[in-house]
Amino acid sequence: MLRRSLLLATAVLIASALPVVAQEKPRHGGELVFVVPSSPPSYDAHREETFGTIHPIAPHYNTLLRTDPTDRTGTKVVADLAESWTISKDGRTYTLKLRHGVKFHDGSEFTSKDAKASYDKIIFPPAGVASNRKGEYVDVEAIQAPDPYTIVFRLKFPSASFLNSLASPWNWIYKADILAKDMRWYEQNVMGTGPFTFVEHVKGSHWVGKKNPNYWDKGKPYLDGYRAIFMTDSAAQVAAVRGERAMIQFRGFSPVERDTLVNALGPKITVQESPWNCLILVAMNHEKKPFDDRRVRKALTLALDRYQGSTALSKIAIVKEVGGVQVPGTKFATPPAELEKLAGYSRDITRSRAEARRLLKEAGVPEGFSFVYKNRGIPMPYEPVGVWLIDQWRQIGLNVRQEVIEAAKYYSELRGGNFDVAADFQCGYTVDPDLDLYKFESKDVSPSNYSRYVDRTLDELYEKQGRATDPEERKKYIREFERRLLDEEVHYIYTLQWHRIVPHSSKVKGWTITPSHYLNQQLDTVWLAE
Amino acid sequence: MAIRPADAFTEIPEVTGRRARWWAATKDFVRKRPLGAIGAVIVLVNIIVALGADVFAAYDPLATDYGAMLARPSTAHWLGTDAFGRDVLSRIIYGSRTAMIVGFACAFFGATVGAVIGVASAYFGGKVDLLIQRVMDIFLAFPLIILALAVVSILGTGIQNVIFAITVPMIPRASLVARSSALAIREMPYVDAARAAGFRHQRIILRHMLPNVMAPYLIMLTAFLGQAILLEASLSFLGLGVAEPTPAWGLMLRGAAVQFAEQAPWMAIFPGLAISLAVFAFNLFGDSLRDALDPRLRTQ
Repeated sequence: MLRRSLLLATAVLIASALPVVAQEKPRHGGELVFVVPSSPPSYDAHREETFGTIHPIAPHYNTLLRTDPTDRTGTKVVADLAESWTISKDGRTYTLKLRHGVKFHDGSEFTSKDAKASYDKIIFPPAGVASNRKGEYVDVEAIQAPDPYTIVFRLKFPSASFLNSLASPWNWIYKADILAKDMRWYEQNVMGTGPFTFVEHVKGSHWVGKKNPNYWDKGKPYLDGYRAIFMTDSAAQVAAVRGERAMIQFRGFSPVERDTLVNALGPKITVQESPWNCLILVAMNHEKKPFDDRRVRKALTLALDRYQGSTALSKIAIVKEVGGVQVPGTKFATPPAELEKLAGYSRDITRSRAEARRLLKEAGVPEGFSFVYKNRGIPMPYEPVGVWLIDQWRQIGLNVRQEVIEAAKYYSELRGGNFDVAADFQCGYTVDPDLDLYKFESKDVSPSNYSRYVDRTLDELYEKQGRATDPEERKKYIREFERRLLDEEVHYIYTLQWHRIVPHSSKVKGWTITPSHYLNQQLDTVWLAE
Repeated sequence: MAIRPADAFTEIPEVTGRRARWWAATKDFVRKRPLGAIGAVIVLVNIIVALGADVFAAYDPLATDYGAMLARPSTAHWLGTDAFGRDVLSRIIYGSRTAMIVGFACAFFGATVGAVIGVASAYFGGKVDLLIQRVMDIFLAFPLIILALAVVSILGTGIQNVIFAITVPMIPRASLVARSSALAIREMPYVDAARAAGFRHQRIILRHMLPNVMAPYLIMLTAFLGQAILLEASLSFLGLGVAEPTPAWGLMLRGAAVQFAEQAPWMAIFPGLAISLAVFAFNLFGDSLRDALDPRLRTQ
């Protein structure tokens, strides 16, 4: 026990010394080997929403802006392909000046034409082309490229979140000529301006990238290359890091896995921890009976004892805080006392469950009613949260069977509406109401609204909060949005907020944990100590 | 048709005789093959436990107790609890039901369909036999687990799909064994007589040939039972079989059991023992049954 505590203390000390380590002179060379606990459904980040796409493929691309790779909060926006930007006085025009001399991996030059084509694909996708983040940019009126090194975004109304949206790690810049020929080319091919070029992808096995010798940021990347190994089993992931066959798994490990690695490897392991802007949601298909009935949906959320779940599950899984639509403790988060007024957030679970049973009876749902909960085939934390949910629903007389869908097939099930109730998730790359809430707009606005509802009141509230320049006014609209989403209509169910733990080889330098596992994946700043 | 008292009276000695013969055969089996008898007892216990799980289990296998997460074996929880505070013993008891359902369903359908195909293949011979056997050869080229994995990855998880996935690779194996026995039966005079009498192929195969491959069929059935239980556990362990929270032995070995292997080894040890014991018992019983029913081994 003492040894374990000492090792943990050492690891925490090492982690806290990171800013000092970051000032060490980076070393060139070596191959970073990391584990990816999922796999890419396609190579196109504009349509995907899984880290299985970001982690292995992001090093091939750049975005216009990015979040500072040394910022632990993951909120500071810095330049990437755009070297500077200006915002007009009325807050409706964003002008970005692009870098000169940036080349795609095929040797062609990057210009504003490429940036415009990429953003047109994201914001105004043609029919048949999926863009998961279309709803995030409802404020964009037009995109213009007045000269080869300038791009202008004109907004319908001022938006405090727009700069963050331009730093989205999903908005990879593609080549305009390729998109002009085939809008879906990037689903199966790679061609970017990023620090690493594509070598190979063996499905279900690995992804390899090598250093881009012509990278525009001279001196970077530091690594000769990287190898991403696809491995869904968490025990195998721990074994890979423990056996030093992999150096890091960027998504995160559980508390037990962290302790196992620290105990086994001691100073060879560095632990970085952070609150995690992620949580599992429960999508209820409004197009299927009886989930089209708000009383049934409300019963499902009333059944959950979130506070007991938090205490228990945080011991075995990467979930912790009870929260509303904003990460607890952040600027727009609902205070706990107010949160307790929402359906399913009361501390009186007996009363909540009695109410849930009453609602089910009123809606004509019989005792022992059976349905399938489709869960994502990623064990942590989907498996423990799934078991918890099923147990909670059992306590209001529902008989729920779990069906685990393999990660690559999971989205087609959700997109096709082929489910009654399913695990969905919300992971923001930065804590921001616009980014966190756009998912919940009506299905014709937000393609990632898997509960498949149309709620114009919610759309209106989203718009109001996005346009509110006064923080107090914005907070008021966010509360109203939260109440309608989670209490009045119960379009979705929020479970528990995640907690991110990344124990990695102490050889890995130049990488900083943030509240999002989508950030800091370009790997241009990462280097390996001897 | 009503049975007259006289008919009923004449039936009694026959039943008694049959019972006496079964009893004698059982005593003979126990005396000559004690290991097989032990296997049979364990199998019987497993079946009884599976059928009476509601009576034998002290706890609801799905009931969580967050106050008793990862509790050590104690008087309250004889085999401890898992990461959700669920009683491990109760989950093993209910898990035997899952194992038996999958085991018996797969073994029965695998051996029966295989036996029918094998006997039909032997009976028709010629091009039909050639075609059926080549198709079977294709299936036999894949190891059992690989074929089951392929089927389950196409169909998805769930108990019915797992049963189907395990049954499919068993069919060609059963077919091969049944065919080799049926080839000899095909040449028997009573089969020729049935043909000469103008009976349909279906009647000859099902009523005259199939009952005569009963011995290898029973041996296959017991051998497949153990294999099916092991395969179900393997698929569930790999996350491709039965899904949580259904109690299943293989499922109990994955996830939290691996994660907490050092802190709570009972989560993995006891389900592991249950799988080993059941498979060992079915194999012991199956081997002894084969020895007892195979005329070539009877004198040994």
